[in-house]
Amino acid sequence: MFEIENLHASIDDKEILAGVDLTVNAGEVHAIMGPNGSGKSTLANVLAGNPAYEVTEGSARFFGADILELAPEERAHLGIFLAFQYPTVIPGVSMANFLRMAVTNTKKARAAQSGGEVVPFTPREFRRLMKEKMALLHMDDSFATRYLNEGFSGGEKKRAEILQLALLEPTLAILDETDSGLDIDALRVVSQGVNNLMNANMGMLLITHYQRLLNYITPHFVHIMMGGRVVQSGGPELAHELESKGYEKLKAEFIAA
Amino acid sequence: MVAQVDIGEYKYGFHDTEDYVYKSEKGLSRKVVENISHMKSEPDWMREFRLKSLDHFEKRPMPNWGSPVLHELDFDDIYYYIKPSDSIGKTWDEVPAYIKDTFEKLGIPEAERKFLAGVGAQYESEVIYHSLREDLEQQGVIFLDMDSAVRDHPDIVKQYFGTIIPYADNKFAALNSATWSGGSFVYVPEGVRVEVPLQAYFRINAENMGQFERTLIIAAPGSYVHYVEGCTAPTYTTDSLHSAVVEIVVQEGARVRYTTIQNWSKNVYNLVTKRAAAYKDATMEWVDGNLGSKVTMKYPAVWMMEPGARGEVLSVAFAGDGQHQDAGAKMVHAAPNTSSQITSKSISKGTGRSSYRGLVKVHKGAENVKSNVVCDALLLDETSKTDTYPYMEIEEERVSIGHEATVSKVAEEQIFYLKSRGLNETEAMSMIVNGFIEPIAKELPLEYAVELNRLIQLEMEGSVG
Repeated sequence: MFEIENLHASIDDKEILAGVDLTVNAGEVHAIMGPNGSGKSTLANVLAGNPAYEVTEGSARFFGADILELAPEERAHLGIFLAFQYPTVIPGVSMANFLRMAVTNTKKARAAQSGGEVVPFTPREFRRLMKEKMALLHMDDSFATRYLNEGFSGGEKKRAEILQLALLEPTLAILDETDSGLDIDALRVVSQGVNNLMNANMGMLLITHYQRLLNYITPHFVHIMMGGRVVQSGGPELAHELESKGYEKLKAEFIAA
Repeated sequence: MVAQVDIGEYKYGFHDTEDYVYKSEKGLSRKVVENISHMKSEPDWMREFRLKSLDHFEKRPMPNWGSPVLHELDFDDIYYYIKPSDSIGKTWDEVPAYIKDTFEKLGIPEAERKFLAGVGAQYESEVIYHSLREDLEQQGVIFLDMDSAVRDHPDIVKQYFGTIIPYADNKFAALNSATWSGGSFVYVPEGVRVEVPLQAYFRINAENMGQFERTLIIAAPGSYVHYVEGCTAPTYTTDSLHSAVVEIVVQEGARVRYTTIQNWSKNVYNLVTKRAAAYKDATMEWVDGNLGSKVTMKYPAVWMMEPGARGEVLSVAFAGDGQHQDAGAKMVHAAPNTSSQITSKSISKGTGRSSYRGLVKVHKGAENVKSNVVCDALLLDETSKTDTYPYMEIEEERVSIGHEATVSKVAEEQIFYLKSRGLNETEAMSMIVNGFIEPIAKELPLEYAVELNRLIQLEMEGSVG
C-alpha cells in the first residue's frame, strides 16, 4: 500500500532524512522509534507535504503513485493523515466549522476520484456524527464550539487530532508523538480511540520516543531510526529491548556494527 | 444575492444606462448648491446652511494626514447632484424598472421580505424607495428619507441637524453640508424598541459620481433601534466620491446600534463623518465593516455627554490590492462614570494598507471613566502594510484606560495544518481570516455575518496562488 524508498529530505540545506526505506501494508501498525533528532518527525512532515522541508531524493508511493510532488491537501484527499505533534492554533475558528469543512472537502475530493456522487452533510447530520466520535474519545460536547486548539491543554490537543483522524477516515494514518504530553488516563483514552479506529484497510505509522504507548497500541512492526535512516526493524519485542538497553547503548551497538 | 459574476471579482461592478430626470454639470459652485436647494424646494434656513458650508469647504485646506492619495481627488471632476426619478416608491413596482432590477441584483427586496423592518434605497443622489413596517409606523417610529423629513418634520430636524457634526467640523463634513441629498431620518419614540433592523442601501451608478447622503437618527429615552447600511458602486477607471455625514442622538437609557457593510468598488473615495452623542445611561454601538473603496477615511465617534453613557466601536477593515483603509474610532468622555470599548481588526493583502487611527479623550472632571482599546492587524503576505495611530488625551487622573495592539502574519504552519486536512490555499486563508474577524462577526445578525464572511471569501479568491 505504501512504500518509502531511499527518501532524502533537508531543511535549510541541512540533510535530516538520509535514505529512509519502509513499507506499510493495509492492516499493519508500524512503530517508529528513535532518539531526539533522529528524523522521526521530519519523516512525518515530509510525508504530509510540509513545505518547510525539501525532498532531495527518493520516492514515497501510495498505491503505486508517488505522492511527493502532491500538495498537502491532495495527499489528504488521497487518504493520508498526519496527527501533529504540535497542532497549531487557529483563533476564531470553531472545531465544528473546521471539521465540517475538512470532512466535506475530503468527501467531495474522494467522490470526484471515484467518480461517485457526494451528498453533503446537513449541519445537523454533521453534528450528530461529530458527537458520536467525540464520545469515543471522552470529549465534552463543549469542544465543538471551542476555537481550534486555542487554549487546549496538551491532552486536549492530542484528542482533537485523533478526533480528526476518526472523522477523516484515512487509509494511511501517521501519528507523530501522539503520546507526548498525555497523562496516563488520557493516554489510555487516546490509545483506545486509535485501536478502535484501526482497521484492515488502514495502515498506521506510530512515531514515538517512548515504549509506553506501545503498551496500549500493539504494533506489528517496530523500526528504529537514527541519523535519518531506519537502522533496525523487528517485531514488538524490539521496543522492549530498546526500553531495557536505552538508545545510547543501541547507538553504540549500531556504530560498532 | 442574485447577481452572477465571475467569482473572485468585485460582484457589483455592473452599471445601468443613465436615464435621469436631472444631472448637474460637473464641478462644485454656488450655482450647483443653489440649484440642489431649489430643486428640493427647501426652506431658507437650509439653503443658507448649505451656502455657509460651501464657503467653509472652499476655505478649508485638505487634511494633511490620512491617505497619501487624498490630494489626487479632483473636486472639479465630480457630479454633485443626480436625480434619477421624480418620486419615491412605496412599493418596488413604483420604482423605475432598471433601478428596481439593480436592487434586485443586490438582494435588497429579498432581504426586506425576510428580515428587515424597513428599507430605504438610494440611487445616485436621491432615495428612490422607502418602506416601514406598519406596526412600527403605528407606534410612532419615523423612518424617512432626509429630504422628506426636512419637509414633513421641520421642527425636530431643525433642532438636531448639524448639531452633532457642525458644518465646520472638517472639510468633508462641510462638503456634505453644502451638497447633501438623500440619506435617512429615523425617530424612535420613548420606550419603543425596534427589534428587527432598519436598512438603508446606497448605490452609486454614474461615473464620477459624488454621493453625499445625510443621516440623522434620534432615539428617544429608553428606545432601541438597529440601523444597517450597505453600499456598492460600479467599477470605473475614474474616481467617484462618497462623503456622508451621520448624526445620532441617543437619549437617556436608549440604545442605538449602527452597522455598516461598506463594499464600494475600488475607485471610490469614501470619506465619511459619523458621530453620536450619548446621554445618561445611553449606549451607542458602531459596527463598522470596510471592505471596498479605494480610500476610506472614517472614524465613527461617540461623545458620552452624561454619566452612565457607553460607547462601543467594532471595526473590521480589509485592504486588498490598491486599497487604503484608514479607519478607527473616537471616544470622547465628557462626563464621569462613562465607558468605552474599541475593537479594531484589520486585514491587509497584496499592496493593500490598513491604518488604525483612534482617539480616546477624557475631559477634566470625567472621573471613573473606563476605556479599552484593542487593535489587531493581520498581514496576509510580505507586501501588505499596516500602521496604527492611537491618540490619547486624558485630562483626568481617576480613570482606567487600556490599550493593546498586535500585528500578526499568517503563519506558514497554520496554512500547512489546514491543507493537511484537505483545504486548499484559498480555503485555508479564508478560514484564518474569518477566524480573525470572528469576534466582530459574532456580534452581527446572522445574515450580515454570513454576508461579511462571503465578501471576505470573494476577496481571498483569485488572490492566492
